[in-house]
Amino acid sequence: MKAAAFRYHRADSLAEAGEMLTSLDNARLLSGGQSLMAMMNLRYVIVDHLIDLNPVSELAGISHHDDHFQVGAMTRQRCFLDDDAVAAHSPIFREALGYVGHLQTRNRGTVGGSLAHMDPAAELLGLAALTDADITLSGPNGSRQVAIAEFPQAYMTPDIKVDEILTAVRFNRWPAGHGWDFREFAQRHGDFAVVGVGCLLTLDAAGAIDRAAVVLIGVADGPLRLPAVEAMLLGMLPNADLFRAAGEAARHPEITGDALVTADYRRQLAAVMVRRSLTNAHQRAVQAMNQEHHHV
Amino acid sequence: MSEAEITRAITFTVNGAVTDMHVEERFSLADMLRHCLALTGTHLGCEHGVCGACTVLVDGEAIRSCLMLAVQVDGSDVTTIEGLADEDGRLNRLQQAFSDHHGLQCGFCTPGILMTLSAFLADNPAPDEGHLREALSGNICRCTGYQGIVDAVMDVVAAPAAKAGQ
Ligand SMILES: Cc1cc2nc3c(=O)[nH]c(=O)nc-3n(C[C@H](O)[C@H](O)[C@H](O)COP(=O)(O)OP(=O)(O)OC[C@H]3O[C@@H](n4cnc5c(N)ncnc54)[C@H](O)[C@@H]3O)c2cc1C
Ligand code: FES
Ligand code: FES
Repeated sequence: MKAAAFRYHRADSLAEAGEMLTSLDNARLLSGGQSLMAMMNLRYVIVDHLIDLNPVSELAGISHHDDHFQVGAMTRQRCFLDDDAVAAHSPIFREALGYVGHLQTRNRGTVGGSLAHMDPAAELLGLAALTDADITLSGPNGSRQVAIAEFPQAYMTPDIKVDEILTAVRFNRWPAGHGWDFREFAQRHGDFAVVGVGCLLTLDAAGAIDRAAVVLIGVADGPLRLPAVEAMLLGMLPNADLFRAAGEAARHPEITGDALVTADYRRQLAAVMVRRSLTNAHQRAVQAMNQEHHHV
Repeated sequence: MSEAEITRAITFTVNGAVTDMHVEERFSLADMLRHCLALTGTHLGCEHGVCGACTVLVDGEAIRSCLMLAVQVDGSDVTTIEGLADEDGRLNRLQQAFSDHHGLQCGFCTPGILMTLSAFLADNPAPDEGHLREALSGNICRCTGYQGIVDAVMDVVAAPAAKAGQ
């Protein structure tokens, strides 16, 4: 189908986009268009005005810092995936971003658009949740930060006011030598995940887990961190029984079903995938530690 | 909102030719290529980003032309399926390999697949089969089962350019 008629407006700066957003009625921001144009073509979404953020170069780019990195909203998913510095210090990002749609959709789709669209299966929301990211929003009265834990309000409804623009996201880095894994179960590669799992962990000198983060995507309105699973890992020496128990503890009550799969089916997948994901993350942490010893 | 045509002036290059036009703001890039320029080799299957039939290159990158607005290619370089063969209509290596390996049957998906692969092979001249199949995941073909397509690409990747006359 074709989109209903609308007016198109090119924003050349963040300030200009902000002014348009406050002055135009029934307006929407256009980033990569990989969700919005599809919804408009299906006429799920009908707008009077589109404000194109693509020319706003100040919103694109990645900056690296010791303990975090900041990604501009208009950074293409493809550029993020290709960034070698991110892949070096936070390798889970490249592994996870490879699951975001297809190369054609990543060439246009942006980091900010994915967070703002808030599909329950969005890998970027999962990465944000894993790294306790902060999202920056710019509005008529200046900018504010929202912690990722507070960002999802309801199904596909983030904490973004009608006159606000998501400008950047700040992901926290994990220390060198951490273990990581991201995996999905989907009907075909690039489809939205039925269940996705991400995890990060670090080991102390004795090999016990001293920090862990585990997240599920595609199973609830927003990304689902699993604090109970994380807590049971802390201080433990990893082994198959521990990871099996952690998987069982991932059968979270908030996991929901949909038209295609039941909640129980998702819980079963979550249990198996969390076990496998932690096992692989642990192996990678051990490898990283051995490499470091080698260097010394 | 009135349905009156509201147009914008744009200038861009398509298959090497500089083009100026006034285009309706609501037109997708695909509709503009097909209806204003009669470049009907770009196919529309789903119009919501899933099938890949509409894939074209914008500044060398494969994109969905059903999800990009025509006004957004102002200043860009667009390549469509019509731009792959040379001026005499001689197929390029990839197109010829598709013909040789039965990489197409009805041909509906073929323009999008060729454009996707043109960009992919430019970035990855020697992919393995797994990597290639992943790159193809954004294009749906209901006829071939993909095997002929994969065979065609692996042949192009394996054959030295000279052998194929280029
Ligand atoms: C075939 C296909 C498969 C896909 N598979 C996946 C997948 O597996 N995983 C996944 O995560 N995504 C997937 N996507 C979606 C894709 O990642 C989109 O790029 C993403 O959801 C939206 O980003 P965008 O830049 O395209 O935003 P747009 O489509 O332009 O915008 C999306 C929404 O966010 C709003 N918005 C955009 N930018 C801002 C901003 N800066 N501030 C405030 N609001 C804003 C828009 O107004 C709109 O409501 C897929 C898409 C397609 C077509
Ligand atoms: S028509 Fe564009 S992806 Fe199907
Ligand atoms: S050849 Fe018919 S859809 Fe691919």
